[in-house]
Amino acid sequence: MLAYTLRRIGSAIPTLLFIITIAFFMMRLAPGGPFDRERQLPPEIEANILRAYNLDKPVYEQYFDYLINIMHGDFGPSYKYLDFTVTDLITTGFPVSLRLGMSAILLAIFVGVFAGTIAALKQNSVFDYMVMGTAMTGIAIPNFVMAPLLALIFGVYLSWLPVAGWGGGAIAYQVMPIITLALPQIAYVARLTRGSMVETMNSNFIRTARAKGLNERIVVIRHALKGGLLPVISYLGPATAEIITGSVVIEAIFDIPGIGRYFVNGALNRDYPVVMGVVIFFALLIITLNLVVDLIYGFLDPRVKVE
Amino acid sequence: MQKTLRCKLFQFRPLLFSALFFTLFFSQSALAGGDLRIASMGEPASLDPHKVSGTWESAVVGEMFVGLTAENIKAEPIPGVAESWTISEDGKTYTFKLRKSNWSDGTPFTANDFVYSMRRILLPETAAEYASLLYIIKGAEAVNTGKAKPETLAVKALDDLTLEIQLTGPAPYFLELLTHYTAYPVPRHVLEKYGKLWTKPGNMVVNGPYTLVDWVPNTNIKLTKNQEFWDAADVSIDNLTFYTQEDRTAVQKRFRAGEIDIALDFSSDQINWLRKNLPKETRIAPYMGVYYYPINTTKKPFTDLRVRKALAMAINREAIVDKVLKTGEIAAYSFVPPGMANYDKGAEVDWKDIPYPERIKQAKALLKEAGFGPDHPLEFTLRYNTSENHKRIAVAVASMWKQIGVKAELFNSEVKVHYADLKQGDFQVARAAWVADYNDAQNFLYLLETRTGANNYGRYSNANFDKLMLEAEGTADLKKRSELMRQAEAQAMADLPIIPIYHYVSKSLVSQKVKGFIDNPKNVHRCRYITLQ
Amino acid sequence: MVPEDAQIIKGRSLWQDARRRLFHNKAAVVSMILLGTIVILAIFAPYLSPWAYDDPDWGYDFPGPPNFELHHWFGTDGNGRDLFVRTLFGARVSLLVGILATFVSLLIGVTYGATAGYLGGRTDNIMMRIVDVLYSLPFMFFVILLMVFFGRNIFLIFIALGAVQWLTMARIVRGQTISIKKKEFIEAAHAVGVSNWKIIFRHIIPNVLGPVIVYMTLTIPQVILTESFLSFLGLGIQEPLTSWGVLISEGAKQMESSPWLLIFPAVFLAITLFCFNFIGDGLRDALDPKDR
Repeated sequence: MLAYTLRRIGSAIPTLLFIITIAFFMMRLAPGGPFDRERQLPPEIEANILRAYNLDKPVYEQYFDYLINIMHGDFGPSYKYLDFTVTDLITTGFPVSLRLGMSAILLAIFVGVFAGTIAALKQNSVFDYMVMGTAMTGIAIPNFVMAPLLALIFGVYLSWLPVAGWGGGAIAYQVMPIITLALPQIAYVARLTRGSMVETMNSNFIRTARAKGLNERIVVIRHALKGGLLPVISYLGPATAEIITGSVVIEAIFDIPGIGRYFVNGALNRDYPVVMGVVIFFALLIITLNLVVDLIYGFLDPRVKVE
Repeated sequence: MQKTLRCKLFQFRPLLFSALFFTLFFSQSALAGGDLRIASMGEPASLDPHKVSGTWESAVVGEMFVGLTAENIKAEPIPGVAESWTISEDGKTYTFKLRKSNWSDGTPFTANDFVYSMRRILLPETAAEYASLLYIIKGAEAVNTGKAKPETLAVKALDDLTLEIQLTGPAPYFLELLTHYTAYPVPRHVLEKYGKLWTKPGNMVVNGPYTLVDWVPNTNIKLTKNQEFWDAADVSIDNLTFYTQEDRTAVQKRFRAGEIDIALDFSSDQINWLRKNLPKETRIAPYMGVYYYPINTTKKPFTDLRVRKALAMAINREAIVDKVLKTGEIAAYSFVPPGMANYDKGAEVDWKDIPYPERIKQAKALLKEAGFGPDHPLEFTLRYNTSENHKRIAVAVASMWKQIGVKAELFNSEVKVHYADLKQGDFQVARAAWVADYNDAQNFLYLLETRTGANNYGRYSNANFDKLMLEAEGTADLKKRSELMRQAEAQAMADLPIIPIYHYVSKSLVSQKVKGFIDNPKNVHRCRYITLQ
Repeated sequence: MVPEDAQIIKGRSLWQDARRRLFHNKAAVVSMILLGTIVILAIFAPYLSPWAYDDPDWGYDFPGPPNFELHHWFGTDGNGRDLFVRTLFGARVSLLVGILATFVSLLIGVTYGATAGYLGGRTDNIMMRIVDVLYSLPFMFFVILLMVFFGRNIFLIFIALGAVQWLTMARIVRGQTISIKKKEFIEAAHAVGVSNWKIIFRHIIPNVLGPVIVYMTLTIPQVILTESFLSFLGLGIQEPLTSWGVLISEGAKQMESSPWLLIFPAVFLAITLFCFNFIGDGLRDALDPKDR
């Protein structure tokens, strides 16, 4: 297991290099540059700016410069947030995203697995339809509808919670963002759990367990859940990454200083260093999460050996 | 003594009690104090006045710095760091007498701070995007393009409190230009100590009414009163918080929930609701800006005046203003917005008063003359950058053009691509806008000069227009200058290299407890004049 | 274990069986009818209303609430265009994007995942490493740059979304395949000398179809939602065409002032997603060979 983990970490380096290369050149191929805007700059000033950011060099030279810089831990300045470096932005944004993301994913797992399991046990009952129907509204309503709707109801009409803002991380400010982030994931987790639980409950080893006269609750919790959770585990890696980095809508609507907005805004603003920094960070995050998921998978399913 | 209670769920009784007590106790004695929360229009790129380029940045930076002149409550120029000044006969030399004042760290402010600052913004290494605004100062362009040493700039400290600036020509707008952030002083002693990190909280030193306390990127910027500011006694608000959220719908909700006192800009699709529910808070005022469609005059068939004229005539501006936008924008038949300083009356297109159905007929006839008809319709792409309003206007205009047999394909791209393509002249008809940097018609009309380059998107080039503008630039007599510019605009409105659509309004939501927020055409509202009730 | 021929015969009756069971599932049948109605409405959209999808009604409000006299059954949008017609035109785009992209992801993902999982060892390792690499490439970034680079093109959305979604599909199928391939009947087939490809397509894929269908029913709505997310960012389909995503993201901004702009497209979207969901559930239950 340790050797496997080490090997996976080792193989992350070429993966990262590949991603850096693709992202770097894709970004540069995209039309429009970081300093194109409504007010066109006089050519001399544009030249000054490009020189100041080393953007006047050939692209391949910029690429190698970049590689050398990141090896020294220098991810460069942002072109949009001129007073901050990329490292500043990521180190201030990520803890916020992580806090929200982890809370949302935990909420999604607890509620989703619970609802999915119950629905699977009472397959095709009214209860099943009710649980799955409710879970589905989480998927059926896009988060850019859900977020303003919650803000309108709980922030404006009822005044229970602040409409937006981060408030230094006070819990009241996190409630709506976490719920909005978790809702679609709850639905996905519930559906995946239900699907695989139905399958597992009909499989031979559960029949055997039942035939042995085991208590139904023990069958479900000890045996079925372990197998039934496999697809959910598979799903969690990408889901976590998606929640942490893909929360751009929630961040924009609830005005949260997370990392998601840098990513999309960076791409739209051609803020090359920010995009590259976030891409690298994101890739590292996913590589780690995938490794963790694989290890958990191997742990839960003895039939899969991590070799 | 308004305490900020953001969230009722977590209200704190004793706090509320003491707030109530304070309110009762002090309400008669003074209105002074309080925290003001403002939703600006976006995250500033920087707090360094030499590195910013937008009005949303000016809103924040302008609270921290004061130039030679400053804005009054109506955003008109008044003495700032300069107490008084004299202007030479030819209008080209300004001599400013500075007041005795200090930087926020107590360092005395001298005329040399201005010399340093103006040189700094023009140095090529500073890479200031907006440096060209100061080209009216003698030697500025040469310094900025690296052709001359910064010492050649005609900004001189005659003594510690006297500053002389020479201009390339008489510029009646110069005193107003000095209120712009490009002309703000920056503290040399701090820049030399901290370098790039000088705008961080704790490092930053300013000369304006407020100093920086905290800055969380993409969330908020907190400022507090600068006790060293010379007029600190008259500044009422103690603390300012700027929320930089861009989502206007969300900002509107925060405003309604009482989390924000002033929300600059709201989306125009909300206007019906706002008029009904928040009539007293909704502020709309004319704004120095024009929304227009430049036409690429170098590309066929747009080289043909008849085609351009037909397109311009077929747009029903009143319908766009009244039905699509509904926020009191002014239908534009001229390029320069009405009411600009030093400009008597703009030149409008000569077909303004022809009734719309008749205009459609004439437009059709023009297109026919130009060789377009039902079997050979005029087809082109109308480009706009991604935004709800731009989209709605483009859709409406395209449907109006359909009436004269024009097929306009809509093409929207994100802002970077849009302007990169406009710069390269890679468009046929596109959306653009201009908001004035200073209150003068020249700031609009220069966009159509041949020498302007990239900002003249449609590459309009007319010798008569250029000649008139050049003549106006060297004219000190305001009346004559105004007339020359009017003639230039008339030339442009006959040639129609651009289709004016509407003149902007500023839109804000202002809480009723805010006093001293006066609507003005620059949409500049300095917080030193604001009080809370 | 039964010989190979017998397995095929049994497989056929399995599908017939499945169809019968599917039609006994009320929720699935209702969903199929509803979804069919939406598809038919979308196809015949232009003939149902006197209004065109791209022409403003200058005589009515911008936006205007539903008005039956003027035949604006769903009201008009911010440009005075009929919302009923636009919702149905949006249905075309959204459904097309959802189904095509999912199909692309299904095709690539299932083949890839089953192959990797079945072959195992080094091949599996390399194949999954490729998936990992692609996975680590932030997908939104990828899509945004594609949209920017090639301009707005609806087919590009299919390809981009499909090309991204297959990764998860491949992982799920691989995981399932690994569990299945150790079962007796696969080992038996292997023992009697059936070729690898045959085993993958005839035994592995049919047996992982349950989770694949579940995932597919998640993917179609996910793709439709992703398209709407792109619309929210302003990267959606070009005017005057529209999609549910575009309509909903516009409507969400005015949910209080002009609720009809949100409600109608959102209801259509929600119904569609629910339908896919119930059909998927029905199919899953019907296809499950062990559930008898």
